[in-house]
Amino acid sequence: MIWKEDIECMDSTGLKALQSDYLKKLIPYIYHNCPVYRQKLDAAGVNPDRIKSIDDIKRLPFTTKEDMRDHYPYGLFSAPQDRINEIHVSSGTTGNPTLVGYTKDDLKLWGDVMARVLCCAGAEPGDTIQIAYGYGLFTGGLGFHYGALEMGLRIIPTSAGQTARQLKIMQDFQPRILGCTPSYALYMAEEAKEMGIDPTQGHWKIGVFGAEPWSESMRREIEAAWNMLATDVYGLSEIIGPGVAQECRHKDGLHVFSDVFFPEIIDPQTDEEAPEGQDGELVITTLTKQGIPLIRYRTRDIVSARYEKCRCGRTSPRISKIKGRTDDMIVVRGINVFPSQIEHVLVGIEGTQPQYQIVVDRKAHHLDEVEVLVEVEQRFFSDEIRHLNDLRERIRKEIQNVLSVGVKVTLVEPKTIERSVGKAKRIVDKRTL
Amino acid sequence: MAKQLTIFVENRAGRLKTITDNLRKSNIDIRAFTIQDRGDYGLLKLIVDKPNDAYLALANLGCACALKDILAISVPDQPGNFHRLTSALAEHNVNVIDAYGFVLQPHNTGVCCMEVDQPQLMKAQEIVAEAGFTVLQDEELYSL
Repeated sequence: MIWKEDIECMDSTGLKALQSDYLKKLIPYIYHNCPVYRQKLDAAGVNPDRIKSIDDIKRLPFTTKEDMRDHYPYGLFSAPQDRINEIHVSSGTTGNPTLVGYTKDDLKLWGDVMARVLCCAGAEPGDTIQIAYGYGLFTGGLGFHYGALEMGLRIIPTSAGQTARQLKIMQDFQPRILGCTPSYALYMAEEAKEMGIDPTQGHWKIGVFGAEPWSESMRREIEAAWNMLATDVYGLSEIIGPGVAQECRHKDGLHVFSDVFFPEIIDPQTDEEAPEGQDGELVITTLTKQGIPLIRYRTRDIVSARYEKCRCGRTSPRISKIKGRTDDMIVVRGINVFPSQIEHVLVGIEGTQPQYQIVVDRKAHHLDEVEVLVEVEQRFFSDEIRHLNDLRERIRKEIQNVLSVGVKVTLVEPKTIERSVGKAKRIVDKRTL
Repeated sequence: MAKQLTIFVENRAGRLKTITDNLRKSNIDIRAFTIQDRGDYGLLKLIVDKPNDAYLALANLGCACALKDILAISVPDQPGNFHRLTSALAEHNVNVIDAYGFVLQPHNTGVCCMEVDQPQLMKAQEIVAEAGFTVLQDEELYSL
């Protein structure tokens, strides 16, 4: 089933007309309601009344994560706060968090695109879905919830964690659909075996997995472990949360809901459009959002895109799985982590530039582990164990507060963190995704 | 007052060797050592004949290390003497952070190296002396 068949299977001329129509309304709306964007558009020499077609999008300036941070909290909003119905906050790169807000219509849009996601994965009306994404400030849980509501599924909002209970609920209520991070799906399979449950006999038949990068080999592992179809969902809170793109049963690229989230693939070096099929940075314009619509938002995710019609009938462009990042962000247990956040904490503790390294590993139990190595420089050094332990504990707690992810802090000798041309290598990702 | 050199050492193969190698090159004689293990790292504590030279040799390498005043107390090697020492300190509410000892065979003398909270150091020295022990000054200790 295709949720919005008229739109999802629209021919390219019709789609382009729709996108053009949206963009023609969007730019004046933003220009007249958001002073920060007005300044940006003026600086770029854009006359909002001269936007005639979606092709004009190339003349518009980019929006970056830094813009969101610099204009925290409300600078990039186009709607007044009394029209905002829900906000979500995620930890920022260095201090200010990232705030997004939804009007009532934005929430309807979210429900609509998430219903498209669930249908695209293979959910049918009458199905039960177990939503094991975190509910709360993280957009995963509620995004799935709104989509399942819109579609009329029976929802079991388990949120993340409490694995034994998740498995009991699966056995008792037999949900056919599961939403969670891919690493959690694998972790639950391990736990099931420990508890004497055979995961291949599990009830989940379709998984909608996202919020962290994962590979084809991980897909095969999940599908074999649970005897299910594992599909990939893409999204980011700045755009809407989950609901930007989703794989259909052919698992041949993620369908971008391009009538509302217009994708471009650019060469991050030149900022020019990347040749079709080539890897580049995904840039998205939210064509219909009201609360905090974004123009040409740089996702920093590297993907490639294809534009031919899919066997499922959908005509929307398809993006590959995320192939990398243009910045040093890593995703740990579905949470975005920037090295600069850790640096910020360490600078706060000792007042100068520290040497540190982040090691991310996914051990046998499939959950990510973060270890932060901190060099014990002369200035850090206390010759008493208890002071070193206090220091380590303080670093651990403060990093954990900022990241909302548990970390292990290990003190290491000075100059043992690998440096290349004087610059320390900040992230070692040992995960085989 | 006697000086102890404390060095931060990661708990993995070869780390101690790097340190001993540099001490050897600087012709440092080690009188006593102890290691406090904390799982992924440890603290190596050394009594050496030339503490300042040893400190500079290691600090120049970038080692995290520190020189610290400690009490080096001469304790005759007989039953009950260590107890006498700890009793004297306990009576005056002096906390011992870390301690280790070694015995010099020809003299039948034990040396107890003691770290106490720095503000209590001078007081501890007086207490120990009053209890009849000899606190070794650095030259005495290094020339043993």
